[in-house]
Amino acid sequence: MSAIHKLTMPKWGLSMQEGKVNGWLKEIGESIAVGDEIVEVESEKIAGAVEASVAGVLRRQIAAAEDVLPVGGLLGVVADAEVPDAEIDAAVADFLANFTPDSGEDEDAGPKPEKIEVGGRKLRYLKRGEGGEPMILVHGFGGDLNNWLFNHEALAADRAVYALDLPGHGESVKDVGDGSLATLASAVTGFMDAVGLDSAHFVGHSMGGAVSLALAQAAPARVKSLTLIASAALGDEINGAYLDGFVAAGDRRALKPVLTELFSDAGLVTRQLIDDMLKYKRLEGVDAALRTISGTLFGNGRQATVLASVAGGLGKPVLVIWGENDRIIPVAHARAAGKDALVEVLAGQGHMVQMEAANEVNRLVKRFLG
Amino acid sequence: MARKITYQQAINEALDQEMARDPRVIIMGEDNAGGAGAPGEEDAWGGVLGVTKGLFHKYPGRVLDTPISESGYVGAAVGAACNGLRPVAELMFVDFIGVCFDQIYNQAAKFRYMFGGKAETPVVIRAMYGAGFRAAAQHSQCLYNMFTHIPGLKVVVPSNPYDAKGLLIQSIRDNDPVIFLEHKVLYTMEGEVPEESYAIPFGEANVAREGDDVTIVAFGRMVNQALTAAAALQNQGIHCEVIDPRTTSPLDEDTILESVEKTGRLVIVDESTPRCSMASDIAGIVAQKAFGALKAPIEQVTAPHVPVPFSDALEDLYVPSPARIEAAVTRVKEYR
Repeated sequence: MSAIHKLTMPKWGLSMQEGKVNGWLKEIGESIAVGDEIVEVESEKIAGAVEASVAGVLRRQIAAAEDVLPVGGLLGVVADAEVPDAEIDAAVADFLANFTPDSGEDEDAGPKPEKIEVGGRKLRYLKRGEGGEPMILVHGFGGDLNNWLFNHEALAADRAVYALDLPGHGESVKDVGDGSLATLASAVTGFMDAVGLDSAHFVGHSMGGAVSLALAQAAPARVKSLTLIASAALGDEINGAYLDGFVAAGDRRALKPVLTELFSDAGLVTRQLIDDMLKYKRLEGVDAALRTISGTLFGNGRQATVLASVAGGLGKPVLVIWGENDRIIPVAHARAAGKDALVEVLAGQGHMVQMEAANEVNRLVKRFLG
Repeated sequence: MARKITYQQAINEALDQEMARDPRVIIMGEDNAGGAGAPGEEDAWGGVLGVTKGLFHKYPGRVLDTPISESGYVGAAVGAACNGLRPVAELMFVDFIGVCFDQIYNQAAKFRYMFGGKAETPVVIRAMYGAGFRAAAQHSQCLYNMFTHIPGLKVVVPSNPYDAKGLLIQSIRDNDPVIFLEHKVLYTMEGEVPEESYAIPFGEANVAREGDDVTIVAFGRMVNQALTAAAALQNQGIHCEVIDPRTTSPLDEDTILESVEKTGRLVIVDESTPRCSMASDIAGIVAQKAFGALKAPIEQVTAPHVPVPFSDALEDLYVPSPARIEAAVTRVKEYR
């Protein structure tokens, strides 16, 4: 029986309770290698592929396209070719007879975000995993720790991984001071002090990459490695129209075309995504925070601070990941992080590459860290 | 994930945060101070259902207990608003509005227009509405349509805790008279609400659920009835889009029309009696502006044209139920 592997509906984020099957990427009878994308599913937030964690043959497609399944519901079965059909049918029948979906009220399952005081200011963070060399995930401008929804758990398989909301973002304090990289970086080092981290592997997306670089410049000993994803501060170009549009957008109609710039697949800009962003933008202090940060860091459509030499001179491992079709920060900046940096450009991807190509990005980061 | 609080707590928090932010905000109403100073009572009860609890002592002199005279204190609130305060008058049951209607529809609603745009009347009148409390015909009515009819008033009907907080903050900051209607059955409803202050603009509908087959427009508590129906219909393969206008005046026509252009089928769910209601209003707007998109007659699921009954059994039949909504959706879906 151990050779029978059940594919189930994944849980992407705390609020996901069910997902829709968009379609199968493998046929029944096809051979599956570890890491192969088998079936595409969609939550109210985003679409993604369920990958094989074992090798074998796709033996059953239990769920059909358009089916809506609760988290943990049975999608299909992967097993070796030798496993008799009767055994597989028995396993499926057994699963279906015994499966009870989470009622949704059991929200205590899994780790929850916490808040911590750093210099009298509240920062929200989510910790997953234990032990190992810790990692810190730093989101970009206008983002929050949920930007790592599809990365956090995978990266935390063998280490403690902290995702935090920078000042001005998510549920953290909305006061951003002068909005400079130094100020944001000092909030992160303050956070490390508060949770007791001497040093960590940093993974920064967009402005979060720039914050990680600024932190590496100010406190190099606290950085074990840098993973810079579509990072700011590696060149001075940036899409000023996007930034202005994002800051100014006050309703759904204005926000949608702006957010579409972030993704290669416009279909990912769901109403839920837009509504969540609007809820954030309407919080007291957010508008001022975004205007201060964008004015300080990205005034007149240029990046005010370029820290590319920090990456090269750090003497620590540096991985750069970029979407080939990034419409916010040009992919050409990927080559600016020094000759020793490992550079991975993902074809067809946009700025939110860690969400849209989560499996690929997770693999690259894990391989980079060994 | 934000913390969860009730609809009632969300309203209390909005009042609290706006009173802390703006010293011009005051509260007027019956029983706000009730209980304070009585033996064994530290705090005031905070109104008949305790919505303003905790504010009486926190903001000394700014939570005013009034005589049982709506015509008196609603008029005083309107006058105070004209003179620079931002009063929130609590009317307990909206059914009592009759005795102070002149102050609202013939005074507050008219000042901006009659004084050349120079007068502002930033008053909020909060009131409970709706059936479901076994409180009979004089304490159960659903009257948002009456206020919607009057130019110069803004009318808010939040359906969940998140909207209740953000819309009440917007109501207090708004420079026009706002009627803010709280469904009494929703007070115990829990939902995620940010701790920070935030304002939701008026005239922006919330799409509570997306779907391609049938558009359901619902108000206040009926949004939740519609969502229950939509979840059941999903299992039958019917995908409903549920639109919550959140404010009946101003009304976000665009979101409704865009949805009907997509689905071609419309069900409106309104707890009011059917004549001259939001249901008939929206049916008229859609029939005029999206006639070409309609694939079936518009269905209106409303209360019957009678006062709210006192009998439990009859009151349960009076309020539009998920089952009636499902039946209406099925009719428009199967119409040929």
